[in-house]
Amino acid sequence: MSRPLRLSLGGAIDRKKPVNFQFNGRQLCGYKGDTLASALLANGIHLVSRSFKYHRPRGIFASGTEEPNALVQLEVGPRTLASHQATKIKLYEGLKAFSANCWPSPAFDLLGILGFFHRILPAGFYYKTFMWPRWGWKIYEYLIRHIAGLGYCPRQPDPDRYDHMNAHTDILIIGSGPSGLAAAIEASHSSARIIIVDENSKFGGRLLSDNSKINNKSGPDWAAQQESILASNPNVKMLRNTTAFGYYDHNLIGMIENLTGPITGVKDKKRQRLWKIRAKQVVLAQGAFERPLVFSDNDRPGVMLAGAIRTFLNKYAVIPGRRVALFVNNDDAYRTALDLNAHGVEVVVVIDLRKEATGVLPNRTISEGIEVVEDAAITGVIGKSHVKKIEVMMLSEDGKSVQGEKRFFDCDLIGISGGWNPAVHLHSHTNGKTVWRKDDGVFIPGKTLQNIISIGACSGNFSLQSCLKDGWTAGKKVVKLTGFSSKKTNSPKDTENIPEQPWRNIWIIPSNAPAGQNDKHFVDQQHDVTAADIQLAAREGYQSVEHTKRYTTLGMATDQGKTSNIPGHAILAEILGKEVSAIGTTTFRPPYTPVTIGALAGPYTGLLFAPIRRSPMHYWHESNGAIWEDVGEWKRPWYYPKRNESMRDAVARECLATRNSVGILDASTLGKIDIQGPDSAEFLNRIYTNNWENLEIGCCRYGIMLREDGMVMDDGVTSRLGKNHYLMTTTTGNAASVLAWLEEWSQTEWPTLKVYFTSVTEQYATITLSGPNARLLLEEFTNDIDLGGGAFPAMQYREGTVGGFRARVFRISFTGECAFEINVQASGGANLWANFVNAGEKYGITPYGTETMHVLRAEKGYIIVGQETDGTVTPYDLGMNWIISKNKDFIGRRSLNRPDTARDDRKQLVGLLPNDKTEILPEGGQIVSQLQATYPIPMIGHVTSSYHSPILGRSFALALIKGGKKRLGQTVHVPLVERTITCQVTSHLFYDKEGHRLNG
Amino acid sequence: MKKYSIFSLLRNSINFHQDWQKAWRSPDPKSCYDVIIIGGGGHGLATAYYLAKEHGITNVAVLEKGWLGGGNTGRNTTIIRSNYLWDESAALYEKSLQLFEGLSQDLNYNIMLSQRGVLNLAHNLHDLREINRRVNAIRLNGIDSEFLNVNQIKAFIPIINISRKIRYPILGASLQRRGGVARHDAVAWGFARAGDARGVDIIQNCEVTGIVHEKGRVSGVETTKGFIGAKKLGIVVAGHSTVLAGMAGLRLPIQSYPLQAMVSEPIKPIINCVVMSNAVHCYVSQSDKGELVLGAGIDSYNSYGQRGSLNVIEDQLAALCELFPLFSRLRLIRQWGGIVDTSPDASPIISKTPIDGLYLNCGWGTGGFKATPGSGWVFAHTIATDQPHELNAPFRLERFTSGALIDEHGAAAVAH
Repeated sequence: MSRPLRLSLGGAIDRKKPVNFQFNGRQLCGYKGDTLASALLANGIHLVSRSFKYHRPRGIFASGTEEPNALVQLEVGPRTLASHQATKIKLYEGLKAFSANCWPSPAFDLLGILGFFHRILPAGFYYKTFMWPRWGWKIYEYLIRHIAGLGYCPRQPDPDRYDHMNAHTDILIIGSGPSGLAAAIEASHSSARIIIVDENSKFGGRLLSDNSKINNKSGPDWAAQQESILASNPNVKMLRNTTAFGYYDHNLIGMIENLTGPITGVKDKKRQRLWKIRAKQVVLAQGAFERPLVFSDNDRPGVMLAGAIRTFLNKYAVIPGRRVALFVNNDDAYRTALDLNAHGVEVVVVIDLRKEATGVLPNRTISEGIEVVEDAAITGVIGKSHVKKIEVMMLSEDGKSVQGEKRFFDCDLIGISGGWNPAVHLHSHTNGKTVWRKDDGVFIPGKTLQNIISIGACSGNFSLQSCLKDGWTAGKKVVKLTGFSSKKTNSPKDTENIPEQPWRNIWIIPSNAPAGQNDKHFVDQQHDVTAADIQLAAREGYQSVEHTKRYTTLGMATDQGKTSNIPGHAILAEILGKEVSAIGTTTFRPPYTPVTIGALAGPYTGLLFAPIRRSPMHYWHESNGAIWEDVGEWKRPWYYPKRNESMRDAVARECLATRNSVGILDASTLGKIDIQGPDSAEFLNRIYTNNWENLEIGCCRYGIMLREDGMVMDDGVTSRLGKNHYLMTTTTGNAASVLAWLEEWSQTEWPTLKVYFTSVTEQYATITLSGPNARLLLEEFTNDIDLGGGAFPAMQYREGTVGGFRARVFRISFTGECAFEINVQASGGANLWANFVNAGEKYGITPYGTETMHVLRAEKGYIIVGQETDGTVTPYDLGMNWIISKNKDFIGRRSLNRPDTARDDRKQLVGLLPNDKTEILPEGGQIVSQLQATYPIPMIGHVTSSYHSPILGRSFALALIKGGKKRLGQTVHVPLVERTITCQVTSHLFYDKEGHRLNG
Repeated sequence: MKKYSIFSLLRNSINFHQDWQKAWRSPDPKSCYDVIIIGGGGHGLATAYYLAKEHGITNVAVLEKGWLGGGNTGRNTTIIRSNYLWDESAALYEKSLQLFEGLSQDLNYNIMLSQRGVLNLAHNLHDLREINRRVNAIRLNGIDSEFLNVNQIKAFIPIINISRKIRYPILGASLQRRGGVARHDAVAWGFARAGDARGVDIIQNCEVTGIVHEKGRVSGVETTKGFIGAKKLGIVVAGHSTVLAGMAGLRLPIQSYPLQAMVSEPIKPIINCVVMSNAVHCYVSQSDKGELVLGAGIDSYNSYGQRGSLNVIEDQLAALCELFPLFSRLRLIRQWGGIVDTSPDASPIISKTPIDGLYLNCGWGTGGFKATPGSGWVFAHTIATDQPHELNAPFRLERFTSGALIDEHGAAAVAH
């Protein structure tokens, strides 16, 4: 029995707490503190999934968010998660994971057959074929769609909930590795508010993976000590399991905090929280990603980043292989050899690309008896589903080819390292530039317009000592920048400072066959983009990095190219014979790591999707059976059906009751804007088309406002309450935009006018009594207002007491009947409404909804903005020439005089009477003057409103028709899919044309 | 131009694809061209292609300040449809859709036109009226369009949430079955390759810094690669239209705004068509690769920065989760922004200008991709003949002074 893969000591796992889990149905066991990846490795499992394009077997390649390969479908049912990285899933009891992109198993995958055809499936092959026959794409696409796609979407609604949180802070530190921790400690000596975040559950970053010492303490111990110091400081907020995913303008950072791990398990516990943090100063300490080497067969399971091996060994106490070969271009990776050796794991060989490996760490490695082969490269890997053996050859002088004898080494794990890439992602989100540092070939952060300081490895300072120093310096600096002062501190700390020799960057590692011919030099492993693909893209002219990316899909997988972008771009630069800096990089875009859609949506779904606005009488309507209509955010009663009553019958009943006796309408939702100031009348004059200077106190006037293009924007009645005091009403839907419109003109164009606007829509309840008995009923409720027709004519306003409430009473009618609009304070609305209904019983008072309101107003030819108008209709088109003043300027006036706007054959408002009185035209029906069999059929207009009129005993409609005013009496047709309706064009006034009822 | 086909692919696989030609040359600019198109996006490249193909004008250059298709062509949500309300728009977009339907073969480049249907949802009575009006108008214009009730919608997209209990329940939809999506990069590259084959010079990394005109007539452009003479000049630069027109002393009624889009991780096929909702503001389709392609609303401030605000995305994704609660657990992997050029009536400007030889194609706002071939086709006609084609005659610049507006605010996917 061979040695167990788990070390008996060390690591951040809890050996007392075993955790059971399933992988592809196999029952396995790990420990608390494991990730799925570390637990799989501890069980000897490397092969996790298959790749996107060729379905090649893939293993665990990295140890964190950069993992391209080890993707699993986590859990089943409504909580299933697609394509999650095994390296980022914290192990929990009962976890069930399944290999991604394979069937029936990762070891034997039917679509693995695609790998045999890789020669005819180079980058962009689909642009060159599948074009014959012309209809064939439908079939090709069906197949492609079903082969593509990595994971599975849940088939049920998400049972979990999400949260949003805003925060402001002086200093935000992203990353809690050595530099982030040092910066936080240093800054915490001031009274600045600090937030420090890390994507992991423990602070320390790379310190938890490496065998380093600070002040004679081990890395993890030192980090834990700093963490507890910060935790005891009330100015410091620490967010763990939190990933900063996007950097937006004005130092707004979006972050996702994982509250429960990938799967909730806990009822009512929120799964993730979106943090939106606005910081005065941001410190980016995100660290770096280790760079892979692009060599032949570099995608085999068992090939792993050298730093990831240290993480598994030191942080998770797992031995990821028993016989390890390393393939490196730098000194740092020798730490992996030393750590493995210290734990008694055999290090077979270290292959170093450099001509000489003479640094401190290589020397230490050699002195421990490990063979180091310099100026050499791995040219092949034997072992399809797991590394068995490597083939090694010596490099030529220029490093572009290999020579000499092949040597073979048996091994089951290959640790690779091509140096490190600073994680400049967040910096790049701000449109910050990156600078190519030629010495070691890395992009480091350059200029940005945001308040950012990048420190440590993410600024290209990789050694522990420089990370700590960066941290101390940045900590001091941000305190100063945010206007605080720091108490004296006791920095810096002692660390071992080991000098390192330079890296040797060879972007395509040579093999026996050129990279373009063997096609196994993988750059983007998830998308199976090879060096040959990049060469092909360049050959075909897709030479901008953005073209290369899009043509080959390099870096467009779920790992966002964290390990593939820089090697890919460097390879492209080499092919083009340019500096990497000259070709630049693709733009890093948010999110840094994939972000759950539900977390961004937050709690704002379901009933919280948009606020529900309710009138003061809402609950009366509800308990009296109202059917609702959504008008913007408002709920309005649409109609009030009695038991078993159809909508048509209910509306007919409501219409007739209002015409014959009295109806009651809740009009509270209409926008009400209180306008005050000495220039109010002048302002109204400019906003509305008609004249407002002569409106007397106590009087009301209907107005139409236009946009600059002369088209009707809104309408409503405005009343003069006092010398410099008006009350404007707007349509329900436009209330907010009209207020914004008034404010815009007042503030930006006419700032000298003294006029002020206040929305009072919700402060008043508005009850409309309408019908021949409205006056009789209202008289019972008021002593101090003379409601007589002579004393209180239409379009006037009185103040007084109604039913015990202070009230504003307006004689405004939208039904053509004698009507009173009663405004009382919102709190009194429900009471007064109920009293009206009770007292009106003797008149058969009938509450009516928006549908009846629409019928009644249409019978009178009154328009509804948004129904008779659509942004292309002028007041002239509506036959409202009378409302346009000739003696003053107003918004839209000049536009009305434009030749095409003033034409008399524009669409004009008319009435339509279907020849069949029972036929109701569909609203939105298109009108033609002549029927014909072939399309297109010229259209002359459309039906805007259409109803059955109970009082007229027939159907009728309003319409906009080209040159409509000249077509009165003509026959027109409305062709529908299944039939055609013929009708006569008439005036749009259908009822009480003389207005006796309204004025009576 | 060597033809692409399955046979050329097989032939080239034998020698490891070493012999493929460049899709387009990258020549140095000549000293003078008959026509210069400023802007190497889809519309500009299409214009150059149709100038060569339809009008035999091959002494043409396309100048691009960055990389081909790097503006809105490579940043949109790839939706194609022609279900526009007004006769003028319907005719223009339908021409474009018809060109799209044969474009892969015409260009010998698979642009992956996928006509799996476009749905526009209604969430209130006003939406319903508008959708009915639209469906009727489009149908009478001879373009496919139909109304779906809630049950028909559910049958068409089984995963959609038709619950009556959500804040704004779905009440109906219009469907254009010929609508769909295409591969946006391929449209740009296909036009570039086919135009290049007919002699068009495509010049990238060449920014126009000045427009030279004398006595009311253009004579060329100043660029980062020096002066290039031109008898005729077409500006097709979307979000930067006002900047370029400003170089010629023209003020345009155009406002530039950021518009954002994003994709999710790739998943197995789950939604087959394009779904758009104006009222709750979201649109979604699934790419052949498996990613959900999602469009957000417009950011409400003017900007030339190709990125937008987080809050706009929050709203849009909340709407997505309302319509498709099962998408909530998927993850976004990329988000980005483009700069859209919006006109006062939400319709494009494809027009001559007060300067002889200077032509303008802009104002496509949030919906230019679907018009790419049609826009290029009519713009090529306008430049070649110095007269608008009857399809783009209504879209002249003068309509803003004459008042003959074509108001398509309701038809735009995104409320302006």
